[in-house]
Amino acid sequence: MQTFDLETEGLRALNSQLHALKGQTNLTAWEIVNPKGAHAIAVGLDAPIDVTVRGSTGYYCAGMNKQATVRVAGSAGPGVAENMMSGTVIVDGDASQYAGATGRGGLLVIKGNASSRCGISMKGISIVVHGNIGHMSAFMAQSGNLVVLGNAGEALGDSLYEARIFVRGSVKSLGADCIEKEMRPEHYELLEDLLKRGEADAKAKPEEFRRYGSARKLYNFNIDNASSY
Amino acid sequence: MTDLPRTPPRYSATFTPAVNAEIRRAAASGIYDIRGGGTKRHLPHFDDLLFLGASMSRYPLEGYREKCATDVWLGTRHAKKPIHLDIPVTIAGMSFGALSGPAKEALGRGATEAGTSTTTGDGGMTEEERGHSKTLVYQYLPSRYGMNPDDLRRADAIEVVVGQGAKPGGGGMLLGQKIWDRVAEMRNLPKGIDQRSACRHPDWTGPDDLEIKILELREITDWEKPIYVKVGGARPYYDTALSVKAGADVVVLDGMQGGTAATQDVFIEHVGMPILACIPQAVKALQDLGMHRKVQLIVSGGIRSGADVAKAMALGADAVAIGTAALIALGDNDPRWEEDYQKLGTTADAYDDWHEGRDPAGITTQDPELSARFDPILGGRRLKNYLKVMTLEAQTIARACGKNHLHNLEPEDLVALTIEAAAMAGVPLAGTNWIPGRTGGF
Ligand SMILES: Cc1cc2nc3c(=O)[nH]c(=O)nc-3n(C[C@H](O)[C@H](O)[C@H](O)COP(=O)(O)O)c2cc1C
Repeated sequence: MQTFDLETEGLRALNSQLHALKGQTNLTAWEIVNPKGAHAIAVGLDAPIDVTVRGSTGYYCAGMNKQATVRVAGSAGPGVAENMMSGTVIVDGDASQYAGATGRGGLLVIKGNASSRCGISMKGISIVVHGNIGHMSAFMAQSGNLVVLGNAGEALGDSLYEARIFVRGSVKSLGADCIEKEMRPEHYELLEDLLKRGEADAKAKPEEFRRYGSARKLYNFNIDNASSY
Repeated sequence: MTDLPRTPPRYSATFTPAVNAEIRRAAASGIYDIRGGGTKRHLPHFDDLLFLGASMSRYPLEGYREKCATDVWLGTRHAKKPIHLDIPVTIAGMSFGALSGPAKEALGRGATEAGTSTTTGDGGMTEEERGHSKTLVYQYLPSRYGMNPDDLRRADAIEVVVGQGAKPGGGGMLLGQKIWDRVAEMRNLPKGIDQRSACRHPDWTGPDDLEIKILELREITDWEKPIYVKVGGARPYYDTALSVKAGADVVVLDGMQGGTAATQDVFIEHVGMPILACIPQAVKALQDLGMHRKVQLIVSGGIRSGADVAKAMALGADAVAIGTAALIALGDNDPRWEEDYQKLGTTADAYDDWHEGRDPAGITTQDPELSARFDPILGGRRLKNYLKVMTLEAQTIARACGKNHLHNLEPEDLVALTIEAAAMAGVPLAGTNWIPGRTGGF
């Protein structure tokens, strides 16, 4: 285990050491202490390593992650795992706005609640939130899966494309072009797997969720739909 | 009855035939007009400025003997690997999706041969462009279509797009006709749908957030790449100052004449300020911060010739960018396709329905048959020629003003032909020492 003290060694040293790890490295386990809400911790990683941040992080922790597993043993600021490509990011506490924004792959797990715009513009990532999510989540979400064990705030899935949203609790309101859809066998299967990988299978069962997706009415412009925009 | 002369028909200056035609079009279709290109109305522009040239008190440089350098460094503020270009005319960001793969290749070829950079655009980086462009700027846009850290690292600079001159405050649009397989795949969207690009970034708002976003981009790319911030010509003084504050190495300022692939006509014609009005304000912001020439300024919007380049630089820009002119150099809107333009109900030099994907010149299309009409090698050569001519023209003017580098051109070399241009550019009306709003008297 490599222990890195962010306070004394600094952000630049951290990210450049982590970027230097390519392919088959032996330095696979890292612990970052004293994060103290710093921004851009462990961003742009591209190696199969495990990184644990002991404490809370600022903006964009694990941004653009590839391959790595990053665990925040605390809460995460805005844009955690933004544009993640692959790998896993786990937040033990809560996450601020835009968690998993534009994510293309991999798995983001938030054990607490996520704030507004969770999964905004997501493009393939899977996100599992154990708690609630805030308003405008999955706005313009293109593809991927958003699983919420708690409740969703206003305007869920506004201007949604092909992403799938599963919510166990209540939904305050649906955004433009987002509708409830039937749960089919493949969705139960998908949820089962995501709940397991999201460390949530002990808390919830696939049958307890409802599915939301795009009505696909705004896919091609039509003046009679103008008031929905 | 005597034959009294009748009042001849008189057109209204308010309800012109063009205005009425647009009302009829709107009434029939129920949708606003979407088109490509830039502002078509007359605006105060570089044509309203003149250089004074040398005289008794200023010595010119010998055209064929004395050097007039044209190179420019971009990104010297923070980047470990700043960019050095031979000429100060860069190719603006134009999306793959709006343009075909071969058109992107041609831009890369032409720019590289002329010693300058190209810029990606909405929709991501293509092999055509990365492969042929020696210096490639990677746009980081609100849509993040095709955005990934590998391409970020393969780029030579990163341009965070906040706005565009054609539509400050607007997002993008790529209509279903142009979403062919490859475009759809890169953008992660179903084929054939109208694709909207968001107008705001999904994970930051405002200059304080942008500072942190720029930190993240620098950390991911190990502080190697220059970071540009592109803004539309809206509030250039503050937009420039706030970009500098957010950590930009380069500010890209795009005036309202700036082209677009597809935007509402009402947006193109009525939002934003002409580039002439924008440059002095941006330069003032840089000077007030002690950052002029430390943070470089690239300006665009209706730049067509070496004279425009020289005028933009005399007003304080470090370099310029061209979009529309580059497409025309490649062969867009060429009269040789007149028959096809007529079939589309238009004519060469007026064709602007780039969003429809039926470009007779094969440049703004994804249709394989049409894009096969375009030869990227020939296109690249034409672009190179054009860039070289622009540079020679700018040098000709600079030498006449006694300058051994294009960067030494200055506002004192200029006068304005109209009061409007004098006020906007902050140079005297020709034949007077009057800068409206600043100095009085004749
Ligand atoms: C076909 C086309 C596509 C464009 N696509 C983009 C884009 O993806 N991103 C962007 O920031 N600007 C885009 N622009 C604007 C250009 O980057 C640039 O600001 C503008 O073309 C400059 O003005 P000019 O066309 O008068 O030279 C596009 C312009 C054109 C003509």
